[in-house]
Amino acid sequence: MTIAAQSLSLGTRLGGVTLQLRQGEVTAICGPNGAGKSSLLTALAGILPLDGGSVRLDADLLADLDPADRARRIGFLPQQAELAWDLSVEVLAGLGRLPWNLGAEADRAAIDRALADMQLSDFRQRPLSRLSGGERARAMLARVLAGEPCWLLADEPLANLDLAHQLTLLRHFRKLAGEGLGVALVLHDLAQAMNHAGRVVVLNGGQVVADGPPEQALSAEVIERVWGVTARWLGDPGARALVV
Amino acid sequence: MSRPNLLLLIGIVLVAPLSLLAGRVWLDPFADLSPNALIILTELRLPRAVLALVLGAGLGAAGAAMQGYLRNPLADPGLFGIAPGAALGAVLSFWTGLAGTPWILPLFALLGAAGAMALLGMIAGRTGSALLFTLAGMIIASLAGALMSLAISLSPTPFAMSEIVTWLMGALTDRSWHEVWFAAPLTVAGIALLLRAGKALDALTLGEAAARSLGVEPRRLQLLMIGGVGLTVGAGVAAAGIIGFVGLIVPHLMRRYTDRRPSQLIVPSALAGALLLLVADCLCRVLPLQSELRLGIALSLLGAPFFLALLLRMRRELA
Repeated sequence: MTIAAQSLSLGTRLGGVTLQLRQGEVTAICGPNGAGKSSLLTALAGILPLDGGSVRLDADLLADLDPADRARRIGFLPQQAELAWDLSVEVLAGLGRLPWNLGAEADRAAIDRALADMQLSDFRQRPLSRLSGGERARAMLARVLAGEPCWLLADEPLANLDLAHQLTLLRHFRKLAGEGLGVALVLHDLAQAMNHAGRVVVLNGGQVVADGPPEQALSAEVIERVWGVTARWLGDPGARALVV
Repeated sequence: MSRPNLLLLIGIVLVAPLSLLAGRVWLDPFADLSPNALIILTELRLPRAVLALVLGAGLGAAGAAMQGYLRNPLADPGLFGIAPGAALGAVLSFWTGLAGTPWILPLFALLGAAGAMALLGMIAGRTGSALLFTLAGMIIASLAGALMSLAISLSPTPFAMSEIVTWLMGALTDRSWHEVWFAAPLTVAGIALLLRAGKALDALTLGEAAARSLGVEPRRLQLLMIGGVGLTVGAGVAAAGIIGFVGLIVPHLMRRYTDRRPSQLIVPSALAGALLLLVADCLCRVLPLQSELRLGIALSLLGAPFFLALLLRMRRELA
């Protein structure tokens, strides 16, 4: 099962990106500001009209897929976790069930599972405004998981989270990938990408400049070339630190 | 049925018969009805009460859907420019002197509403962006407003001018079954469209990108909103002139009794809007004034302080 992007182009933001995401691994998308990371992720999610190129979900063209069908298969967590109305945790998670039509029983079971996964079962009735930043981020993720997608695409899911919450979420992403989900994350923290992703895609100026295992794609040479920063990695695999 | 809906329905069932008794001539429910009283009841009070319920329901539902669509608790159905468009149509019917002919005034108003709806759809384009949509609505509203002022300033006779101004204030005075016959089906159809938009409005709570990822088609939602708001508001203006604030106040009052999803707010807002308009119209009838207080004015008098209280509360929350 794959999401395959073929020469995606969009104005100056994406200049012919070809890329394949596989299920069962965590792919980190890294790059400097303005590299086109968010555009790529929204294009892979099928919610950004493109100037050129195509995205295929297995054999189907994403653009031809029924929107509800696409929504059932690809879960998307946007960068700014926006919430116009102060919903309760449970009602928020229920929004993830909108593309489905399997009845209240199935919805309830999926919502219960997602909340339990995100350790939010005790907060079901609580409005989002009364949650901490970390709980809020987990609730937003629970909304995506309640939709039981095969793919999880998240745009900077670790932004504004403290270290403990970052690690909790990263561990969870790895667990989901272990269960067979395809996970793609836009990450700014290169050390988190190095230690937690199975694969890293580096974008620069709307193009893929490196793609492979973290040690390769985030080598000191790539970091210098793309970010213009001289740095080296210390420590052992899985616990590396970037020293500038 | 949820509790607030049930309570509102009971309220409507209790208030509606009472509203038939109230007015310049009070009817005694226990006395035999004189022929005059019977005419007052069946040809004046009953259609007026039904019209209040229908228009109130439409405005309440449209307001709830608008606030959900624009993700803003201060949004009002008037923002789309459909009400000013309908009002412009009605003003033109006075201006041309055709308003006296039966059906011409509502027909012009509905054409005005339809014109505003078509313009909205064309200006906002195929993107389905709510921001473009709001700006398009504001352009249409200000254009229709300017044209209305122009029509008033160029009105052929002082009589036509005073007719226009009075009509614009909005009222249910002297309305008959005619208005009910066209307003009721249009409003019901409009509310049905808004209810169909419910799920997409819920998804929009998460922002436009997340809503699209949940399978929402922005253009389809936009058309449902134009159709739903256009039919309810257009029918309302065609039947009664401009009645503001109902669409703003009612969803606000009802939101706390729901789980705050926009889809769950539409029906309670329709019921509460119906009840509010019925009660407000009764008050207009029984207030001891020289001539009957116009419903549109009464609601604005109620609405302005409400709006102020809302702003003060938001200011406190921001501080």
